Amino acid sequence: MTDAESFINKDYAYGFVTPVESDAAPRGLSENTIRFISQKKHEPVFMLEWRLAAYREWLKMKEPDWSSVRYPKIDYQDIIYYSAPKQKKDGPQSLADVDQEILKTYEKLGIPLEEQKLLAGVAVDAVFDSVSVATTYKAKLKEYGIIFCSFSEAVREHPELVKKYLGSVVPVKDNFFAALNSAVFSDGSFCYIPKGVRCPMELSTYFRINAMDTGQFERTLIVADEGSFVSYLEGCTAPIRDKNQLHAAVVELVAHEKASIKYSTVQNWYAGDREGKGGIYNFVTKRGLCQGAHSKISWTQVETGSAITWKYPSCILQGDHSIGEFYSVAVVNNHQQADTGTKMIHLGRHTKSTIISKGVSARFGKNTYRGLVKIVPRAEGSRNYTQCDSLLMGDRCSANTFPTIEVNNRTSRAEHEATTSRINEDQLFYCRQRGMSAENAISMIVHGFCKEVFKNLPMEFAVEAQRLMSVSLEGSVG
Amino acid sequence: MLEIKDLHVSVEGVEILKGIDLKVKAGEVHAIMGPNGSGKSTLTRVLAGHPSYVVTRGSATFEGKALFQMAIEERARQGVFLAFQYPIDIPGVNNAYFLKAAVNEMRKAKGLEELDAMEFLEFLKEKMKLVEMDESFLSRPVNEGFSGGEKKRNEILQLAALNPKLAILDETDSGLDIDALKIVSEGVNRLRNPDRSFILVTHYQRMLNYITPDHVHVLMGGKIVLSGDKDLAFKLEEKGYEWVREDQGPRIA
Repeated sequence: MTDAESFINKDYAYGFVTPVESDAAPRGLSENTIRFISQKKHEPVFMLEWRLAAYREWLKMKEPDWSSVRYPKIDYQDIIYYSAPKQKKDGPQSLADVDQEILKTYEKLGIPLEEQKLLAGVAVDAVFDSVSVATTYKAKLKEYGIIFCSFSEAVREHPELVKKYLGSVVPVKDNFFAALNSAVFSDGSFCYIPKGVRCPMELSTYFRINAMDTGQFERTLIVADEGSFVSYLEGCTAPIRDKNQLHAAVVELVAHEKASIKYSTVQNWYAGDREGKGGIYNFVTKRGLCQGAHSKISWTQVETGSAITWKYPSCILQGDHSIGEFYSVAVVNNHQQADTGTKMIHLGRHTKSTIISKGVSARFGKNTYRGLVKIVPRAEGSRNYTQCDSLLMGDRCSANTFPTIEVNNRTSRAEHEATTSRINEDQLFYCRQRGMSAENAISMIVHGFCKEVFKNLPMEFAVEAQRLMSVSLEGSVG
Repeated sequence: MLEIKDLHVSVEGVEILKGIDLKVKAGEVHAIMGPNGSGKSTLTRVLAGHPSYVVTRGSATFEGKALFQMAIEERARQGVFLAFQYPIDIPGVNNAYFLKAAVNEMRKAKGLEELDAMEFLEFLKEKMKLVEMDESFLSRPVNEGFSGGEKKRNEILQLAALNPKLAILDETDSGLDIDALKIVSEGVNRLRNPDRSFILVTHYQRMLNYITPDHVHVLMGGKIVLSGDKDLAFKLEEKGYEWVREDQGPRIA
């Protein structure tokens, strides 16, 4: 046992269950399940039709097996596709209508939903299992013409926007999990920033899985109209359970001319125990379309949780001079697996993309970076810079990098740099000789390794992300 | 301050130190010289607690406490400092941050308030003059891309900042040009005081032109075979280690 191995493995602090009665769909998936969900949400007919079409497509599709992650076959008939805390009325009109237990849950998670208690300048949409329970600062945002609400509300209140953009970036048939999500998605956040508006606060969604045996299928859609700016953040946690739970989300972003979207994720779903039992399967499709010229989409993700992470937040750089960025830290400890990366598709001229990926692997963790940079013939004068760094602790974990680069014209350029390093006994010895504990030394070395990514997070969350990472790496080396 | 008795040390099953006895009093400067492979670096690392070095026999006390019972960081906090022969790179962690973390760990151990960023910079600026370093150096990652001389100066800067009772310098002179050697030696001289002891481990005599030791020991084949005053260093420079070998032949195992 090495010095660093003797850390105490702290418990996952978010692993509690909230005792609420829920209103759930019967176990399993069929057209009736979809009708049930659509009816629960009082959806217009177009939405139900869209879901059913997606379901029929999904039935024809096969679960992908090309990634590096390994897991037992999922029984899609053994999942509960809709679960919502029971409510007196049709939906909470204000915080006073929200179940006290749920409010307490968010309080415990460090996300109080009373506006006066919130971090100044952050609006939160709180999604609990399959429904949004509260969205804060809605009124204030409305003054700017900004729409920030649950997806269900958007379907009812802004059907024209939903119709126009839903599935426009991630088509129903895009992949197996996206099709599944399109059929059964229950809630999520919707956000529209009108022309020329700079959103005055951070928008965020906090996803919480609570009920047992349920899958969470949220859908997020963010549209930034011409010349607007928005910074959005999502956070996720779930109770500790022995059985794996599926989370299959779809996120679509659309940036019009000169608009800019900054999307940050701090993912801390329950990761399973030290032996790899339990945890969330986080199978997510995230894609942004830089539709207009000079638009920009920037993804930042800190992935510390989940038993398995399978996601590739991507950018389609359609507008000339548009910019795509991907900054990622993926930490795998114990028996976690992560297969993550990005796709940068350069369609417009003089488009630019930057990819910075930092993978940290400890114990039996498996970390894979998978990326595609494609510059089409028309996208003259385009640039990509990719940097993939892996940090290993001990000799039982692994890190893989699978970059694919296609440059199809002579005026574009793609650069790729990759490094693999190991936290070794000598580094620890050096730090400890200067009086630091092994725990602090590791935490310092890992923070140093990930710094380039953390600096892209909104300030309030960068601190949280660093703290999370220290916790998730405890008991890691050996 | 430090008392080593009959110290035997192995690395991967091979015995490197074969019975070292050494007494270092407060304020003294001891030079330990010897040819390559004689066990000099092993001695420095075992004192600091490197996990690859196993004490098979003997003991060491530091201010009356059993040194080998203490964890690496505990020895450091008690006041044992090792200037590394090959300082380790820590990519992404800037020098100032690293130093601040180290200084605050020491302060915490002594029950002192931690320094905030501003206080620390004030504190460090003083120390930096000692080794003639400019501030740009603080924002660079620890040892990464440093020249040999910069690395060694950085070690002395850490020594100055951490204020240890016993400073062990492992071949701090190696790889230094004459200017850097002067700067480093001057730094060490200014850090000498009646409460602080030094163990200088070196292959060559040249650093001892600038730092005058109280005692000189020759380490060969895992044992101290000869001890004397500063003149011994000159004699070694003149005659080489072969002379000791011939002279002390029977004592070397």
